[in-house]
Amino acid sequence: MTLIAFIGTLMAGGIVAWITARWSETLSRWIALTTVLIDLVWSVVILINNRPDFSATDWLIRFDYPWIGRFGIGISVAADGLSLILLILTFFLGAASVIVSWREIRQRVGFFHFNLLWVLAGIAGVFVVMDLFLFYFFWEVMLIPMYFLIGIWGHENRRYAAMKFFIFTQASGLMMLLSILGLYFIHGNNTGTYTFDYFELLTATFGDTAGRWLMLGFLAAFIVKLPVVPFHSWLPDAHSQAPTAGSVILAGLLLKTGAYGILRFVLPLFPDAAREFSNVAMILGVVGIIYGALLAYGQTDLKRLVAYTSVSHMGFVMLGIFSFNELAFQGVVMQLVAHGLSTGALFVIAGALYERIHTRDLSLMGGFWSGTPFMGFITLVFVMASLGLPGLVNFVAEFLILNGAWQTSHVLAVIGAIGLVLAMAYSLRIMRKIFFGPVADIGVGMRDLTLCEKVVLVPMTLLVIFLGLFPQHVFNASEKSVKDILAMVNSNNKP
Amino acid sequence: MSTIEYLWLVPFLPLLGALLLIVVGRSMSKAAIAWIGAGSVVLSALVVIVIGIGFLSSPGVYEISVWQWFVVGNLNPSIELHLDALSLIFIFVITFVGFLIHVYSVEFMREDSGYARFFACLNLFVCSMLLLVLAGNLVLLYLGWEGVGLCSYLLIGFWYEDPKNGYAARKAFIITRVGDTAMLIGLFLLFSTFSTLDIETILSAAPTEWEQGSSIATLAALLLLGGAVGKSAQLPLQNWLPDAMAGPTPVSALIHAATMVTAGVYLIARMYVVFELSPVAMTTVGVVGAVTLLIAGFSAITQTDLKRVLAYSTISQIGYMFLALGVGAWSAAIFHFFTHAFFKALLFLCAGVIIEALHHEHDIFRMGGLRKQLPFVFVAFFAGAASLAALPLVTSGFYSKDMILWYAWAGEKGNGLLYAAGLVGALVTALYTARLVIVTFFGSARTPVSKKPGWHMTLPLGVLAVLSITTGFLEVPHNFWHGQLISGFLSDVLPATTIQPGSEAYEWLLQLVAVMATLVGVFIGYYIYMATPGLHEIVKMKMAPLHGLMQAGWGFDALYDLLFVRPVTWMARANRGDIIDGIYTGIAWVTMAANRAFAMTQNGVMRWYVLGIVVGALLIITLGIFV
Amino acid sequence: MNAIPIEYGLILAGILFMLGMVSVLIRRNIIFMLISVEIMLNAAGLAFIVAGSKWTQADGQIMFIFILTMAAAEVSVGLALILQIYHQLKTLDTDAANRMRG
Repeated sequence: MTLIAFIGTLMAGGIVAWITARWSETLSRWIALTTVLIDLVWSVVILINNRPDFSATDWLIRFDYPWIGRFGIGISVAADGLSLILLILTFFLGAASVIVSWREIRQRVGFFHFNLLWVLAGIAGVFVVMDLFLFYFFWEVMLIPMYFLIGIWGHENRRYAAMKFFIFTQASGLMMLLSILGLYFIHGNNTGTYTFDYFELLTATFGDTAGRWLMLGFLAAFIVKLPVVPFHSWLPDAHSQAPTAGSVILAGLLLKTGAYGILRFVLPLFPDAAREFSNVAMILGVVGIIYGALLAYGQTDLKRLVAYTSVSHMGFVMLGIFSFNELAFQGVVMQLVAHGLSTGALFVIAGALYERIHTRDLSLMGGFWSGTPFMGFITLVFVMASLGLPGLVNFVAEFLILNGAWQTSHVLAVIGAIGLVLAMAYSLRIMRKIFFGPVADIGVGMRDLTLCEKVVLVPMTLLVIFLGLFPQHVFNASEKSVKDILAMVNSNNKP
Repeated sequence: MSTIEYLWLVPFLPLLGALLLIVVGRSMSKAAIAWIGAGSVVLSALVVIVIGIGFLSSPGVYEISVWQWFVVGNLNPSIELHLDALSLIFIFVITFVGFLIHVYSVEFMREDSGYARFFACLNLFVCSMLLLVLAGNLVLLYLGWEGVGLCSYLLIGFWYEDPKNGYAARKAFIITRVGDTAMLIGLFLLFSTFSTLDIETILSAAPTEWEQGSSIATLAALLLLGGAVGKSAQLPLQNWLPDAMAGPTPVSALIHAATMVTAGVYLIARMYVVFELSPVAMTTVGVVGAVTLLIAGFSAITQTDLKRVLAYSTISQIGYMFLALGVGAWSAAIFHFFTHAFFKALLFLCAGVIIEALHHEHDIFRMGGLRKQLPFVFVAFFAGAASLAALPLVTSGFYSKDMILWYAWAGEKGNGLLYAAGLVGALVTALYTARLVIVTFFGSARTPVSKKPGWHMTLPLGVLAVLSITTGFLEVPHNFWHGQLISGFLSDVLPATTIQPGSEAYEWLLQLVAVMATLVGVFIGYYIYMATPGLHEIVKMKMAPLHGLMQAGWGFDALYDLLFVRPVTWMARANRGDIIDGIYTGIAWVTMAANRAFAMTQNGVMRWYVLGIVVGALLIITLGIFV
Repeated sequence: MNAIPIEYGLILAGILFMLGMVSVLIRRNIIFMLISVEIMLNAAGLAFIVAGSKWTQADGQIMFIFILTMAAAEVSVGLALILQIYHQLKTLDTDAANRMRG
């Protein structure tokens, strides 16, 4: 029930925030914030209660309730360590997005918070739902409010970006729907029980060809969301046009649903097909690392630059997932957290800069360190995180992923490691263009970070450092999930 | 054991200093900043001395695990400090030279607005460097390794308003990252073989796991060497160091002369077992060292910027250390690191005083005559320069360099070519050092001295000057008398170098040859730059193309620019709009074009619609009849 | 009684239909177009009658009555539309009434 309560709280909070905005916008903001914080605290408490041994039960929380029995649709939610980590990340970044919108969003405040909370609800749903029908439902729930967030509160080119985002995700989502239905009917034909239940479908058997096609359908949705080159092109537009909160959620959370989907659904449901596909997938991952880094290096728009770094970082995720070993899997989990924090923070900083100087053009910036040393320091930390400096969380992730990939393919690990050099080039470019060099006219008299921004950025900074030095807290939680998934990948589902 | 348990304090104190300065540094007075910044390193140095005394009373290998970093599968690196003779020498040099340079910086940076930032970075650097040399596993070592890179980046670009400094900082960080990445891959390779990254375990398992000369051992050693050449500015990744002089001078002294750039030497010495398994890798190390010491030495002759001369000299001297490592003279390399740290830090600090005194004048040909104006600096600089040039018997550089040359000739892995390179290098070193001293301190004054150093700056100079002379007596050649403290101290960690049988007899001869090389070098310098006025201009004119090439660091910058920087930048620029996005834009365009085409049929003219209906009806009827 | 061959009736209907259709296509005056449509309707009605008499079935005549009523309704709606067009555009030229082009 707890998990449903998480989602229910967010949905209800969204509606209440929408309604109350008629009378007081501030109240609406506070309601939204409180809602997310309740979920955050609650989920952290669950994490702490389950420490240190996460392997005692298969699922930390599980709830099943037959809903539409006729079609085999049930309300089935469950969380293991992996889900829980991602849930906490969701609520953490959700709270951050509410706070960063405090000053930025002035129009239709109520509807904004409604959309924000519903996106979060959708994401939270995706992370816990164990019924493919509901999974598709939540997949759509996160899509549509996001479309509004970009399309209504975005920057100058928002319509285009929102439409592009919608078409990409919707088209790929439909392929997943086809696969879900395919799986449903194939399994139903074989066994006589027509069900969308994940646990039941794990036992499904089908031929090679069918498995391949079904997997591709699922994979389509996930790799577009991740995104994997060449399906990444919605991302820079969506990220750069979305309002700050939207960018944070997009980069920090929506991308993670893709990785989560692959880990939770593609690998366990279609181990044979996934193994077959692994070479291609790893190559795609490496291509993403290099290609994203090169593109990031060439950008002049700060948010676009950060967006392309996401492509590069998600390349690591793809490389790690299809390396099929524990090192790489744990690295992937860590990379999800690391990327959520570091890229989310970079978008917050980009938003803060935009609020001050009304541009995202890097060529107009420069020398801001002297005026805003605190912002400079925080940016430095996240830039260093993004280039994988040891001691920060991203290093642990990338080190494990590359190390794991090395065990599977030497060449790809080496090419991926070259991505680290390029990561340095684009990351340092951020520092150079914004904070170093001669002081740009545009930045004269600029305010340093406000309280609101500090409230968001300082915890993120501390977390990036803390998890870089004590990553075991995350690894402990995800160890069981990772090992389970690994065991399932190495099984067969041939009839 | 009792005192050694406090080893964690050594890196922790500078870290604490850095954190304090980062968090509250901006609201503190300069005096408070100086106390925290320098004080933390002083305390750390004191702890090292206490630990050192404890260590000397019961030498051995100590492991202090602070906490388990992470455990994933077999990979379980912890934050563990590993103390043995090798790391003790390094932490001693780091904290001691670090402390002197911090004291120096208290005065040197006093007028700077980024006072807190400077000390925060410097403290963080000391912390990272200590972690690097104390690391018990390669992952933690890598943490320190990248940490020093970060601090180097921040400090080279300390005066960030000038884009040139930022460029130099990025160049340093990125070029060393290239090496670091090679090293990272080396770690993967080691991990996949040994299922651990614990240094001790690897060193003890390597000889059984890998055969002598096996290709995988060679690969692992070469990958580690990649990291080492990046950090230590050796061929082919040497070209970042001269530019790194853009940073404040204390930074050049601490990071780019005494400590960070010798991390590569430390890494190879630490992982010596892996290198010993691969003759190819050993030869490569030696050749890299020999070639680097020569090309950097020749470049140093032609530089006019005081700090750049010293930078090339640093590259060249580290080349000596690599040469020593390559012939298996492990303790000789560490000994040279030890003496070099003192005399090169001294030279840089003197350079800082001079540059400060002359209104930030860097060109040595516009200095001159400083012997009379800054007598104390002259004495100190002379001590350092004599040591660098290896003036016989009285300087530390003589003993350490002689030891390297001796092993390059007589060591089991030594050979004539490496020895010859070292010998020519010794001549070149003496030549550029003589040139530096003569042009800077003798002749007529070309720029007036505006500022005299205070005690914060002169005290470190004095201490370092004494050390530059005296540290050499810690390890004297076998044939002088019995007093090999350094190699004796290191004998638990690093094996002694075996000598080719029958070569002991030549030791005197070789020492004589080395002395001759130094003296000839000094004499050439004296002849060109002092005895015959104007001769150096003529030499320069006569050899203009070669001179230009050497001054530009043999064109490595231009080559890398052409090979790597430009293609990458070009690709990034050309593809700024993302070609792949073009595919989707193309699909959208086709759809929209089709939309426009069909929209044109909706022209509002009724007769066209009727025609459409008629044609459509006809088509359907026709289809109905014939199909 | 001398039966008129069915072909004659159908050919006449066809000719009428073609005439109507061609004049719908070439006329620009909307009233003429309406008249032409009426002609086409009547042509179709004639075809029904002819077919009805051929098979001696009442269906053809019933259909014709349907067509008549429908034509009447159509004319009333059509004329109302024409009046509106004339009010709006001050012309009966259909080419001028192309505001709904895509």
